[in-house]
Order: sequence, then structure tokens, then C-alpha cells
Amino acid sequence: MTIAVVVFPGTNCEHDVVHALGVLGVSADLAWHRETDLAGASGVVLPGGFAHGDYLRTGAIARFSPVMTEVARLAEAGCPVLGICNGFQILCEAGLLPGALVANRDLRFVCRPIHVRVESTDSVLTAAATVGDVLRIPLNSYEGNYVAPAADVAALEEAGRVMLRYCDPSGAVTDPANPNGSMNAIAGIANAAGNVAGLMPHPERASEEILGSTDGRVLLESFVAAATAIPAGR
Amino acid sequence: MKVRVSITRKAGLSDPEGVETHRALHDLGYDEVGDVHFGRIITVEVAGKDAAEVQARVEEMCERLLANPVIEDYAVEVLG
Repeated sequence: MTIAVVVFPGTNCEHDVVHALGVLGVSADLAWHRETDLAGASGVVLPGGFAHGDYLRTGAIARFSPVMTEVARLAEAGCPVLGICNGFQILCEAGLLPGALVANRDLRFVCRPIHVRVESTDSVLTAAATVGDVLRIPLNSYEGNYVAPAADVAALEEAGRVMLRYCDPSGAVTDPANPNGSMNAIAGIANAAGNVAGLMPHPERASEEILGSTDGRVLLESFVAAATAIPAGR
Repeated sequence: MKVRVSITRKAGLSDPEGVETHRALHDLGYDEVGDVHFGRIITVEVAGKDAAEVQARVEEMCERLLANPVIEDYAVEVLG
């Protein structure tokens, strides 16, 4: 089993993700954004960074990279697809997840550990976690402010597709604990089938004791378990 | 033909730059200022003679790439 970690020009978290997956005993291969066949992979990760310089809008150019046609095909086929930070922004631009990420409420680049609460386990991102778990994971973004038309946010909530919400260390969702102004404090969501998920915090940066937190592991373990469960080569 | 595309955040969605600029204008004493909205202007040069056709093509470009229709509105103006 191998996981494809997609690299766009400007992606910069691909090695962190490969390393963190390696810590979990999983092999991962980098896939350049011009590749059009990822059928050998059991899962796809779009890592963080600044794909195509984030020109125009975050993810706006990346969604037209050749690899995205293949990512959309695999997503449709039920393959686990995870977007972290810039990867989440790309999945939104590509229409694989609803909404968009815009500039943080306070116009500050937020680079610090934040807390998120697990809201649902119905996704490849959270299946191994428990609802109510509070995870301490680094956030590292300027455009992390989740927005969508009110009706779309209501539909997400109604369908239980909000996976992670910003909270304080006790798990309370409060305005001061929302680091970027995201609507409904949304930090991570999934598609209706649960196989495509995106989040702004970086679980790969909280996957070993030496990094100060291992809280991100349960999210990566969820993803790996989902990828292990399906055969490659579709 | 030169075409001007104006892109703005949809009403009701978070516009942090607009909010911050509103605050700064009030700090400067411009109390008459109401909502401030940020946007982007993109000028595109397009080969073509028929203004309506060029307009339609650039609107398609907005839908597909230049704007994010989920959160943004756009206006296309063929300048000639």
C-alpha cells in the first residue's frame, strides 16, 4: 500500500507528510502535479504550501493542474483524499469540498498550536477519533478563514459534515478560540461520502513527541486505515 | 479588445480587509464611511471584434478561473 503525496510548484509540506506517514509505518510517494495516473495509490494527500504561488486566489491555479483530474476521478471512486492547509484550499477551489478559505479575520498570519474538537467520525480524517476529542495541532496560514454561503454552511451542519471545530483547550467553542474567524469555527470538513476531507491545521506537525504534540496522529491514522481498507489500482 | 473584470466578495461574506479599512477610515475621522468592500480588478486583452462575443468569453473565464463564484461576484466591462 502506498499513498500519493501531490507536489505542486510551491508546495512545501510534502516531506513533512511523507515523514509523518513513515512514522506510522506507511510508505508514501511524491507525485508531481503533472502526473495523470495515480491509480497505484490507495490514498492521496494534497499537502500544505503555496501551490502556484497562490496567485489569483489560493488553489485557483492548482485546481487546473493535470493531476487534479485524476484526484477528482479517484475521489469519485471512493479513494481517500485528504487536503491539509493549502491542500484544503485546493479541494475547495476544485469543487471537491464546498466553501472557500479567505484572509484571516484579524489579517494576521497565524502560526501557532491551536485546539480543535472532533465533531464527527464519519470521514477518512476522523474515523479513528472520538467525538468530543480535543486535539492540539499547529495552524500555519493567512487564508484559513472558512467561508461559504449561509445555506451551504447550514447544509454542512445539517449533514454532520463538519469534522473539526476550533475550540479552547477545554473543548469549548468560543469566539476568542477561533483563530481566523471561520464561519461556525469550522476547521475541517468532509464531502457527503466522507472519503474527501480537508482541514487547515497540520496534523503531520503534531505526529511525534519531539514535535510537542502527537494529537495529529489520530487524524493521520484514520486516513491510513481508510487507505489500507481499499485496494489500489482502480 | 481591452476588458476590465471587477471581482468583489459576495454580500454577507467575511471581508476582513474591508472591515479593517473601515476602522482605519473612522480613526482618521471619516465618520460618514459605511461598509467598505475590497475587490480585485483584472484587465484582460482579448483578440476579437464582436464586443458581445468578447464579453461572453470573458464571463466564461470568470466562472472558470478569474473569480470564485462560490464567494465572489464579478462584473465584465468591454472597454474597446
